[in-house]
Amino acid sequence: MTATEAIATVGLPGAPVKKTPKTGAKNRKLLLTLNIVSVVAGVLLWWALSLAGFRLPTPVAVVERAGSLVASGTLLTDISASLTRVLIGFALGTLVAIPVGFLMGWYTIARGLIEPWVQFFRTIPPLAIIPLAIVLMGIGEEPKIFVIFLAAFFACVISTFQGVVNVDRTLINAARVLGSKDGGIFLRVVVPASTPFILVGMRVGLGASWSTLVAAELIAAQQGLGFRMQQAQMYYDLPTIFVGLITIGILGLLMDRVLLFAERKLTGWQERR
Amino acid sequence: MTASFTGAAQGIDARISVQGITKTFDLGGEQFVALDNVSLDIADNEFVTVVGPSGCGKSTLMNLLAGLDEPTSGKAVVDGKVVTGPGPDRGVIFQQYALFPWLTVRKNVEFGLKTAGLGAKKRREKAEHFIEMVGLSEFADALPKMLSGGMKQRCAIARAYAVDPTILLMDEPFGALDALTRVKLQEQLLDTWSQDKRTVVFITHDVDEAVFLANRVVVMAARPGRIFDIVDVDLPYPRTEEMRLSPEFTALRNRVWHSVYHQNTGTSAVSTPSILTA
Repeated sequence: MTATEAIATVGLPGAPVKKTPKTGAKNRKLLLTLNIVSVVAGVLLWWALSLAGFRLPTPVAVVERAGSLVASGTLLTDISASLTRVLIGFALGTLVAIPVGFLMGWYTIARGLIEPWVQFFRTIPPLAIIPLAIVLMGIGEEPKIFVIFLAAFFACVISTFQGVVNVDRTLINAARVLGSKDGGIFLRVVVPASTPFILVGMRVGLGASWSTLVAAELIAAQQGLGFRMQQAQMYYDLPTIFVGLITIGILGLLMDRVLLFAERKLTGWQERR
Repeated sequence: MTASFTGAAQGIDARISVQGITKTFDLGGEQFVALDNVSLDIADNEFVTVVGPSGCGKSTLMNLLAGLDEPTSGKAVVDGKVVTGPGPDRGVIFQQYALFPWLTVRKNVEFGLKTAGLGAKKRREKAEHFIEMVGLSEFADALPKMLSGGMKQRCAIARAYAVDPTILLMDEPFGALDALTRVKLQEQLLDTWSQDKRTVVFITHDVDEAVFLANRVVVMAARPGRIFDIVDVDLPYPRTEEMRLSPEFTALRNRVWHSVYHQNTGTSAVSTPSILTA
């Protein structure tokens, strides 16, 4: 499957799996055309509004600014600073969340001990932790990565836990009567059966990480997309803010698509109804 | 109907011996008696079907034999040993197929062999054999989602056979299949059974199926779950299509039907259907 196909199919989650190739291709073409028309119309509307006197930069001004930010290397530095934070925080959060989620789902004792903390802290927006994180960790990279870690962790731990709890009892019984012991059941049944849940959790976690990022970068960062926009705000530099926003949107979309692709590769065995 | 084909197993001859099993479930503070002091002996190579209305505890009985559940009192004994958990001597076929959806047919069939520690080559050979036996060779590398219900159950049967159990416990295995597929699978099951003579306990709610397959039909009753009647089926194997239409078969079927649906004198709402559905 090519990436275009993946994205086009992904665009319609409710679409039946078994469709005739002809209508499928036709549908996809139509959808793609409509997507393009919609985007172009949106940009034109934006352009019209900025020309009509709304205090918006024109698309041309934004593209020019993007060009100059790329040329000076600022945009790339910002992107790499932001991506590094998000990816480290997200990776750590996921790495901790998956085993913790498994523990909670598999052992009643672990669930009893961990669940109250997870349930309580997950209701606190990670951003609300920022003041505490600054006081405890200073203004370096640690507090920013920490809040992103929290965002990713809570999204992923809950869904991993749900995944384990939801494993079909019959499958576990089937493994047991085929001679599997607890360890084998865990590795060969529980892990694969909860993969779809984990991947959904990772996608939600990535979204949460990304949206926590900008706010985290308001903490005395020296670079990063959030920092750049914060700076631009002080100088009333609307085009730079737009460049920042659009970049964040595009990067978030790309990362989501990568995970979605992984999800489809890893969980293609699911029966979709 | 006193003549018996294999004869009811007695005492030490029994491969499977259910001894005074009671199983109660706690349903929100209320005790539900799924099985009430049930005893049953099953001989080696016997094909026993268990039929009864829903709630009669027939699936509970199978779970206890499989070692997936524990009796509240009494015990299940297989080959002289009290059942304390699942074992490779007892293969189980579930109504919902219970195939691992992320594994291909081949990998599903190899699952138990891998657990048993067989090498990759041995596993593959053995799996190949059983996949061929159930006629799924063409679909060996397909995922379960590509298979029809009948094919899924054939795959599950191959998977259970692969670990070479001497006892097969089947919990309404053909219950979710259409009538035609069901009849075909019944005949295939009897074919393989007559070749390698495993001991089979087959749960069903289909009276025709129960009579067609069995040496002995165990009829259960509900509330509390108990054995209501045992009917010996003295029809010879191989059982054929024609046999289903024979007066002997009809008589046996009517007998079992009556046992199942007229357990309480007050409830006789279900009428006997005209001849056969298959």
